[in-house]
Amino acid sequence: MIGYIFRRFFSALVVIFGVASLVFLLIHIVPGDPLEVMLGETASAADREQLRHLLQLDLPLLEQFYQYFYALFHLDLGTSLFSREAVWPQLLQRIPATLELTLASLLVAISIAFPLGTIAALKKDSGWDFTAMTVSLIGVSIPNFLMGPLLILFFSIYLGWMPVSGQEERGAIILPALTLGSALAAILSRMVRASLLEVLREDYIRTAYAKGLSLQRIMLVHALRNAMLPVLTLIGLQFGTLLGGAVITEIIFSWQGVGDLTIDAIKKRDYPVVQACILLISCSYVLVNTLTDMLYGVLDPRIRLQGK
Amino acid sequence: MLSKKLKIIFSVSILTVWLMIAISALYLPLPANVIHLDKILLIHDVKALLGYDDLGRVLWYRLVMGAGTSLQVAIGVIAVSLIIGTLIGSLSAYIGGMWDHLIVRIIDVFLAFPGILLAIALAGLMGPGIMNVIIALSIVSWVGYARLSRAQVMSLKHREHVQAAIALGCSHYRILRYHILPLIIAPLIIEASFGVASVVIAEAGLSFLGLGVQPPDASWGSMIKDGSQYLLMAPHMVLVPGCALMLVVLAVNLLGDSLRDYLDVKEK
Repeated sequence: MIGYIFRRFFSALVVIFGVASLVFLLIHIVPGDPLEVMLGETASAADREQLRHLLQLDLPLLEQFYQYFYALFHLDLGTSLFSREAVWPQLLQRIPATLELTLASLLVAISIAFPLGTIAALKKDSGWDFTAMTVSLIGVSIPNFLMGPLLILFFSIYLGWMPVSGQEERGAIILPALTLGSALAAILSRMVRASLLEVLREDYIRTAYAKGLSLQRIMLVHALRNAMLPVLTLIGLQFGTLLGGAVITEIIFSWQGVGDLTIDAIKKRDYPVVQACILLISCSYVLVNTLTDMLYGVLDPRIRLQGK
Repeated sequence: MLSKKLKIIFSVSILTVWLMIAISALYLPLPANVIHLDKILLIHDVKALLGYDDLGRVLWYRLVMGAGTSLQVAIGVIAVSLIIGTLIGSLSAYIGGMWDHLIVRIIDVFLAFPGILLAIALAGLMGPGIMNVIIALSIVSWVGYARLSRAQVMSLKHREHVQAAIALGCSHYRILRYHILPLIIAPLIIEASFGVASVVIAEAGLSFLGLGVQPPDASWGSMIKDGSQYLLMAPHMVLVPGCALMLVVLAVNLLGDSLRDYLDVKEK
């Protein structure tokens, strides 16, 4: 088990190293000059060169690459080209908001998906099943930049229940979390249904029924726990989509998180900040997937005991 | 289920309408940028059933133009990423060895990014424009095809007919082109048709963030973005492109669903 964890972490590290180099290369190879944004188009060539030198953007790419990695190993994410402040504190300041949003939407997704998927699986091929699956298919088809305005239109404008945007007011997180969580809820509920249908066919479920256990106990103790595994994998895999969606959701609701910072930095071509944001988001994605893999052993003793 | 046929009819008809509208947008001169100053934000009148936008342009024409944009991007991205992904993936599996290891690592790294995030960053840094959107989305989406074609070629490589071709002294090109490609193309095409939905959403998402096509050109994403500033007065500006986008994505998903049901023998 220890060896497995060690190996898993090592391969995660290799991937993160690759991610860091790819981010650097793509960002620097892609055409577009940050100086144009900083100085405007009217700046003289001499000024431009001077600033380029000052920001060390005139060094050869390999040299910049080396410096970037050297700093990265010392956990230094560099300084913003615009504010000349270190990137770390800026990033740290934004992380809690994004974390809050992502966790809240995960909660939304799970609390919608499990009841919906369970009902659909228990009443397979009935009207319930059809309705639940149709709702989830429509849910998958509404991208979050449409879901956001639709929710604002309904809850904030027609009903007046929620604030339109911002994060100070109470309940401000509800709409962003619904926006971000609904698509995941739709995908998850299909998975819960499929996985549960598989499990319900097993012998031990028939045994449980034969023993005269209540439906509740069969579902909670015998069926759902075994149906969890593929669902968990999907949550891990979809976490990346969730993080990507968080960027757009933060823009819609002016939520001051990492996504908001990323878009802002992209528009200004603030290379160090863009690099740091993408690296942070990708690393957390890799980390979540690594942890999901490890959770298998905890959830399913069959996997844990395989080697013995 | 009774609805199986209905599903297919629904999705095929939606997609046909989308295709026809989009193609007409590319070849017919549309008065999409004509401004009617007296009709700004009007919800509808006899001449324009879907209403006018914030600049007084007829929303229907903007919608048609947006359909053209999404079709162009979808075709461009799918074509580029399908060709590049298949080439890299199948060559990697066919050659094997160190090269294959390297490609697998690269694919792993690409899969470690949330795709839309990388596309946002690339499109943003390259600057707006339809070409850059296609490039950014292709960089993100070739990986899926590469992985699929690699897996396919891996399992085909040791089949008897390929061995026989090698024994007969066929060139590598001939083996790949005539003995392997015809067998892997079907699953790739199916994967690509599913991919249309995500490309359409991604294009609209980029345009929503202001990183896609630029005004006066229209995209459903930028229309939704413009409209979300007038939600109170003119909700139709969001609802019209929003419904169009949702219907197209829903149709693609439904078609994919039916296709999967049809191909999945295990369930029967």
